[in-house]
Amino acid sequence: MHIMEGFLPSPWWEIWILISLPFVAIGLYQLNKLVRERRETLPLLAVAGAFVFVLSSLKIPSFNGSCSHPTGTGLGGILFGPCIAAVLGLIVLVFQAIFLAHGGITTLGANVFSMGIAGPAVAYLVYKAGTRAGANTYATVFIAAALADLVTYVVTAVQLALAFPGTVGFLGAFTAFAAIFAVTQVPLAIIEGAIIMLVFKYIVQLKPEILTRLNLLSESTVQKLREAAV
Amino acid sequence: MKYGMEIAVAALIVIFAAVFLFQDAAIQATLGDGEEAWGGADGEAAGLIEASGYEPWIEPFWEPPSGEIESLLFALQAAIGAVIIGYIFGYWRGNRKAA
Repeated sequence: MHIMEGFLPSPWWEIWILISLPFVAIGLYQLNKLVRERRETLPLLAVAGAFVFVLSSLKIPSFNGSCSHPTGTGLGGILFGPCIAAVLGLIVLVFQAIFLAHGGITTLGANVFSMGIAGPAVAYLVYKAGTRAGANTYATVFIAAALADLVTYVVTAVQLALAFPGTVGFLGAFTAFAAIFAVTQVPLAIIEGAIIMLVFKYIVQLKPEILTRLNLLSESTVQKLREAAV
Repeated sequence: MKYGMEIAVAALIVIFAAVFLFQDAAIQATLGDGEEAWGGADGEAAGLIEASGYEPWIEPFWEPPSGEIESLLFALQAAIGAVIIGYIFGYWRGNRKAA
């Protein structure tokens, strides 16, 4: 989903930076508050960030002859919401832009929006809707994380199609970019969902009190999940 | 503790790997000399844009000088993350055992 350096013409790169900026600002504010008021959630925050580091460095072959990488931001989105996930995504994207020439400084706004904001926002909303409806927690996490991954790539295709409608127009360009990004991503999204579901299980087993304190799970659900011990 | 979910995820990854090997065999058979399959989707999109005549208006100020150095930095990125995850899960587990 990385849009390479220089591959967004003006005014698109400025527009995406302006759109991403408020999310990152709110995220920094929320982070500050979290650090001050709920220090016990810090290790969980570190795990969510570390997850983005690991998953976004793995370029995995998909079924159609090209490679792409999972994003890992779905976990941060579920646990802390899209604004804090935007900050986590930003850290990784800066690392990759500076050291790996992967993505770029001018395209940072667009990349943060797709990987750090749009994907995690979907994960956050799916998780909230799923738990409110009383769906199976692990299944909800799986779907939330897989969709976050997929949506990230669909958003990248939208961003590129907006900037490069060419002669075929937005829809034609979107189809072409989505064929590259979204199709490749489907199997990887399933894998990412499965791995994040597994990590969520370990958090439930090892540190459920953080999840109840963040209002992600009720005491009774935690009790039930721990007894079922799948 | 049961391991149902671990087994399911492991099975998923094995299926994924098997499909990859199968697919790879099919793709390799159709490749000509000097062609390489399994390139990055990011690069493919960039190629599609450049094919329309667009020139990137700014270059990255630094690029890893070789594929080896690039994979070094990617491995470093994964290692940093893995160390943090392992440390914290280990810490939590130790805490629970001690309690």
